[in-house]
Amino acid sequence: MPHFTLDGRTIPFEPGQTLMEAAMAAGVYIPHLCYHPDFEPHGSCKLCSVEVNGRICSACTFPAAENQEVISASEEVRHLRLRLTQMLFVEGNHLCPSCEASGSCELQATGYYLGMTDGHFSHFFPRREIDASHPEVLLDRDRCIFCALCVRASRDEGKNVFALSGRGIHTRLVVNSPSGKLGDTDLEATDRAAHICPVGAILVRGTAFRAPIGERKYDHRTIAQVALEEERPLVGRQHGQAED
Amino acid sequence: MPSDPIQTAALAVERYGNHLSSLLAILRQLQQSHHYVPRPAMEKVAERLAVPLAEVEAVTEFYSFLHSFPQGRYEIYFSNCIIDDLQGRETLQRRLCERLKMAVGTTRADGLVSVAETSCTGLCDQGPAILVNGHAIGSLTGEKIDRIADLIEQQICVEDWPAKWFRIEDRFERRDLLLTAAWQSGKALKSALRRGPEYVLEALSDSGLRGRGGAGFPTAKKWRFCREAAGEHYIVCNADEGEPGTFKDRVLLRHHADQLLEGMTLAAFVTDARRGFIYLRAEYAFLRAELEAAMRQRRRQGLLGRNICGLMDFHFDIEIVMGAGAYICGEESALLDSIEGRRGQPRNRPPYPVTAGLWGQPTVVNNVESFIAASLIVLNGGAWFAGVGTEKSKGTKLLSIGGDCRWPGIYEVPFGMTVTEIMILCGAGETLGVQVGGPSGTFIGPGEYDRRIAFEDLGTGGSFMVFGKERDMLEIVRNFTDFFAHESCGFCTPCRVGTSILVHLLDKLRNGWGTAGDILELERLGRVVRQGSHCGLGHTAANPLLDTLERFPDRYQAPLQEIDFSPGFDLDGELETARRLTDRFSAADHLTQE
Ligand SMILES: Cc1cc2nc3c(=O)[nH]c(=O)nc-3n(C[C@H](O)[C@H](O)[C@H](O)COP(=O)(O)O)c2cc1C
Ligand code: SF4
Ligand code: SF4
Ligand code: FES
Repeated sequence: MPHFTLDGRTIPFEPGQTLMEAAMAAGVYIPHLCYHPDFEPHGSCKLCSVEVNGRICSACTFPAAENQEVISASEEVRHLRLRLTQMLFVEGNHLCPSCEASGSCELQATGYYLGMTDGHFSHFFPRREIDASHPEVLLDRDRCIFCALCVRASRDEGKNVFALSGRGIHTRLVVNSPSGKLGDTDLEATDRAAHICPVGAILVRGTAFRAPIGERKYDHRTIAQVALEEERPLVGRQHGQAED
Repeated sequence: MPSDPIQTAALAVERYGNHLSSLLAILRQLQQSHHYVPRPAMEKVAERLAVPLAEVEAVTEFYSFLHSFPQGRYEIYFSNCIIDDLQGRETLQRRLCERLKMAVGTTRADGLVSVAETSCTGLCDQGPAILVNGHAIGSLTGEKIDRIADLIEQQICVEDWPAKWFRIEDRFERRDLLLTAAWQSGKALKSALRRGPEYVLEALSDSGLRGRGGAGFPTAKKWRFCREAAGEHYIVCNADEGEPGTFKDRVLLRHHADQLLEGMTLAAFVTDARRGFIYLRAEYAFLRAELEAAMRQRRRQGLLGRNICGLMDFHFDIEIVMGAGAYICGEESALLDSIEGRRGQPRNRPPYPVTAGLWGQPTVVNNVESFIAASLIVLNGGAWFAGVGTEKSKGTKLLSIGGDCRWPGIYEVPFGMTVTEIMILCGAGETLGVQVGGPSGTFIGPGEYDRRIAFEDLGTGGSFMVFGKERDMLEIVRNFTDFFAHESCGFCTPCRVGTSILVHLLDKLRNGWGTAGDILELERLGRVVRQGSHCGLGHTAANPLLDTLERFPDRYQAPLQEIDFSPGFDLDGELETARRLTDRFSAADHLTQE
């Protein structure tokens, strides 16, 4: 089997696999927010940045190849990921203590994983609209990090409920209905799109605080452990190969 | 056009076709007819093209010249390129808004007029410039502004404004290889047909031609890779020219359109393509009619369309696709998405366009100047071209020179010419520095003017901006950084958020609140944006900042506070709302910031 090295370790890969897929399969965690093994890679959050033969690339989209020397654990790469995470925090309004996703939020867990102790940058305090029009699902745009997971999940379900609109720092999540309201779409609480959000932007009503503090997803396990336990088994049947 | 947006939408769909790739043209039509894209019209378009409404909304909100909220019946954009700024853009813009009794960046309450800023419109050799309902007017003065305000108040149709205002001047200040070569329509093409595709590829390879859009990829290789890739082939001319300070393609499109079309046809011959596209930036709409006339002429001559040169199996035609105000659409993969009717968002690579471009098929994307050079190379042979230039940069380069010099305009210079030589040619006096290759290029100071224009030294797509000694460097850097923040597509975190933070920090310095810590922060953050971004825009967005931090550290030190830290916001300013609400305006209600 062909292979590349990652932080000195030999990682085998199958032709067509990305660096992320090969690393995951080999049990190596690379931080990620917009990647999920069930969906087509997007490559926008840049948390999975690694150094490949001296250049920074996104592990989730970059194809694995022979003779690649990949560095993921250097101080430089960690600093880059830390700053990106801080950017995501200050760009939106993340008031963790009052967020019902706290403890099971991937952004927050990534912050812990990277040793983030402050926002570092000045907060943007953007004004973003909350959409409470849906009886079962709440959309709090303050926490959206534009990973487009909901967009992809809903597209794959054939409903196309979400899209990313605007551009630059004015990028915003929009909803596919004449009124622009979630309540006027055919989104159901059982849809994958209603559960895929890595932060607390799309929340299914009535499930808040079901898991008490101390028993939430990342209370006792790091995001690295959770990802390797829960996402790694999915890597074998990744997007596009599911029907094979 | 009908006054009912739904009807406009339906007619536009009929006119442009009910497929996704017509979306941009349809939305442009709606914007033109109604000065925004009304939601019911979006719904109609979504229904007819069978795309989600949210996607129609997302495309509308992506492009600077499309709006989901009403703009004025006179839509005015001031070009805020630094060169326009140095020529007094801001004063003129304020003057116009005062005359019209409105605030900058708004639509007037009666809906008559809106005034906003836009990125470089490619008229810096005759700035300050504006666009009025898509029509370009350059060389603005205070009096012209006053007359414009009057014409608007009197509701005179833009078409009836003084015709001479819309005349765009083209100044060729120096001609060389390309601009002096003899030309006869169809001659290069016929010679290629006689000798075969391999001949064309060899001539290009011998010539050493590298792409003129900035990145400098060998043109022969690009065409060959595309030729060898299986599928339906496409030829795309990148006429987006969004890099601030660049206007050489504008001039080439007008004066050398026939050579461009022939170059594209040669590429079609080599790759066996049937369809070609010229992606023309919205700011250059005034060139469209002339380009179409050139295309008609060639069709009449049998050089474009079906059975080219009488051949049974050689069909190739070209369409013009209009952009809608987005610098990022110059990036080739974003450009392809834009042609396909989507937001201009750079794709993940690999694969590259030569194997998976338009609709996933092999596609050649070249700059205007590259196609023109290619057609002349086929005509005159590779050696003709390779005899000029340097080891790794053959031939000549067109420069668009603007800023503080006596003769702004187009200069064709052999690669390898030094900056000093160019400064003499264009009549530059004492300078602070020059920005070579636009904001995404390199800023150099007088100590480096012996450097050369060449891929191995100072690469450039064609922008060359001269800054006089008295100019404020922080203003220049702020302008450039803000340009990138404004033009970021917003897809990836480092560019979307990072460029905005850079602008905040630069403002903090310019406001006199900067500290040594902020300089360090700018430098580190600049590197994060450079390293971590997804595409060329983000990779180069911090160039002006990092270049000048390295070369002019004193300009950053001068306005600093002598403390290690100072907050980035105005404490007293933050209290303004509270003061207004409580009607308290005495001295005691103000804070001084230590
Ligand atoms: C942000 C960005 C903007 C660009 N704008 C242009 C442009 O306006 N015109 C152009 O020809 N190339 C532009 N390019 C380069 C193109 O992506 C591409 O390299 C070029 O069109 C290829 O043509 P060439 O090989 O003839 O240079 C841009 C690249 C980036 C990253
Ligand atoms: S709502 Fe959630 S899933 Fe959707 S883009 Fe925002 S952060 Fe991602
Ligand atoms: S670097 Fe900027 S322009 Fe390029 S993809 Fe990222 S956000 Fe978009
Ligand atoms: S996980 Fe790779 S860019 Fe987001």
